[in-house]
Amino acid sequence: MVEKLDQIFVLLQHWLVGYLPAGLQPLGGVVLGVVTIVLLFPALFALTTVFERKGLARIQNRLGPNRVGPFGLLQPIADGIKSLTKEDIVPLSADAAVHFLAPVVLVVTVFMGFAVIPMGRNMVLVDIDAGLLFYFAMGASAELSVFMAGWSSRNKYSLMGAMRAVAQMISYEVVLLLSSVTVVMMTGSLSLTKIIEAQNHYSWGLPHWFIFTPWGLAGFVMYAIAATAETNRSPFDLPEGESELVAGYHTEYSGFKFALFFLGEYLAMFSISGLGTTLFLGGWSAPLASLQWVPSWIWFFSKLMMSIFVFIWMRGTLPRLRQDQLMNFAWKFILPMCMLNLMVAALWHFMGGSWLRWVLCSAILIVAYAGMGFGGLRKKQIGPRRYRYAE
Amino acid sequence: MLGEGILKGMAETAKNFFGSYVSAERLTTVEYPEDRIAPYEAARVFPFLVFDSKSPSNPDAADWEAGLRCVACQICEKECPPKCIFIEKSKDKKPDAVGKPQFYPARFDIDISVCMSCQICVEVCPFEAIKMDTVFELSTEDRFGGLLLDRKQLAKSNEYFHQIHPTEAADVDDRLSEGRAKTEAKATAGAIAAAIKGAEVPAPKPPAAKPTGAES
Repeated sequence: MVEKLDQIFVLLQHWLVGYLPAGLQPLGGVVLGVVTIVLLFPALFALTTVFERKGLARIQNRLGPNRVGPFGLLQPIADGIKSLTKEDIVPLSADAAVHFLAPVVLVVTVFMGFAVIPMGRNMVLVDIDAGLLFYFAMGASAELSVFMAGWSSRNKYSLMGAMRAVAQMISYEVVLLLSSVTVVMMTGSLSLTKIIEAQNHYSWGLPHWFIFTPWGLAGFVMYAIAATAETNRSPFDLPEGESELVAGYHTEYSGFKFALFFLGEYLAMFSISGLGTTLFLGGWSAPLASLQWVPSWIWFFSKLMMSIFVFIWMRGTLPRLRQDQLMNFAWKFILPMCMLNLMVAALWHFMGGSWLRWVLCSAILIVAYAGMGFGGLRKKQIGPRRYRYAE
Repeated sequence: MLGEGILKGMAETAKNFFGSYVSAERLTTVEYPEDRIAPYEAARVFPFLVFDSKSPSNPDAADWEAGLRCVACQICEKECPPKCIFIEKSKDKKPDAVGKPQFYPARFDIDISVCMSCQICVEVCPFEAIKMDTVFELSTEDRFGGLLLDRKQLAKSNEYFHQIHPTEAADVDDRLSEGRAKTEAKATAGAIAAAIKGAEVPAPKPPAAKPTGAES
């Protein structure tokens, strides 16, 4: 029974595909999986927009949306109808074809990323050996669509937003990759199912998730920071900083195309949280050995929603960074820490199973963090800002 | 320690998040259409025209037209910075709030889509005839006709004025009754003087050509 519940979606797929002729069955299975993903995550997006608005409101001691439907749960339907009925404006001097393609490219590439993420035991659309590589290749093309949007709009705000976005996303892409590489070093595989298998065993009832190791924790924190920057979420939402750039690269988008950008942003958030869950939080594996009877997909989605909650929590707390702070943080702080973390991971691997590696690896990371933190804070001059050229 | 401030901030927002479910005092907003905050006395939105429901000229309380304090002097129309007031002066004269024959506005329109709520019309009016209202739910489906208020829509009683701005309304009433007493005293003095002088000198004309605030 427990086994059946765990595999319910897989069994459902097999049962449905069984009605097709034998030649069409592989294709049918893939189409079914794609349709499920394409329906499921936008539905999750719709729910998340309500919960985000309500959560932010609660953080600011307000009630949040509560008018449309019970507890405001039907708000996304109202929002969707609104964005569908709005006029679709394309600026006269915009490059119409690229302007149209940008949101489509964004949503399509973001959806592609979901293909390799395991959402439960045996629940992965395509289990390719280089899944992680595929994911990052798809994630990197989001930058392309952002720049397409900014460039084709022929608007200075859009262009500046796109420039910022590209600078930021490329900088943090490096961090994202380097923090994930530690996991690949440990498991010796780029396949996401293999990475989960490596974490899915227990000692004394506790899981062997990578976050419970010194290098894994450091890697996870850096991954989370880079993921926030990659998805342009607050406090790294400079590309769409509405106080400076109207709406950044999607200033010139209205109606449903704007909704597509919005959808793309949230889908990117889901997929990058899903990947983070897979890499560091054990994917669909249960947090305690005694809880393994709970279906694996419940664990995956609850971990995903937890990370979304942290995203929203950070958005409600932190103010936006300045562009130079953002770049300094990426290149002068996180990147060296990432490099060090790679060394620490290697050390961890070669020190074998002794307890000494826990002490040594933690000590190296803590000393580096504290040292860089103190050094960075000490050098900071606090006082009126000096402008080199504008004075 | 680096990152300490972030953790402190996260703790603070978490406190707000959970606290807002526990204590209702934390919630600073009200749910507007059902719950309302009583407007402040100094609140102002758009101007309205005051009429006296119980005055010599208007013993019948329901007749807003006779009780209008406005004498169509057109000062507010000229002073209005965005030019949202349109007044048409009457051809004839009618007794005003104090019983003097005066012009009255045959038309008095305010386009509230143009009005910027600056209150200059109120400050320049010598007759205390135009005051600021506190009604703010003025949305309409007709953005031209629906936002152009005529004198019937603008006319509101002095009692209503007392209700929305009690202090200001009391001041205005004091000033008006003072002025009325002064004109009455002057009139009686004039009558006595005329009686004394008899038929020798013709009675002086009443100073109605250029009225000032004290006289109305």
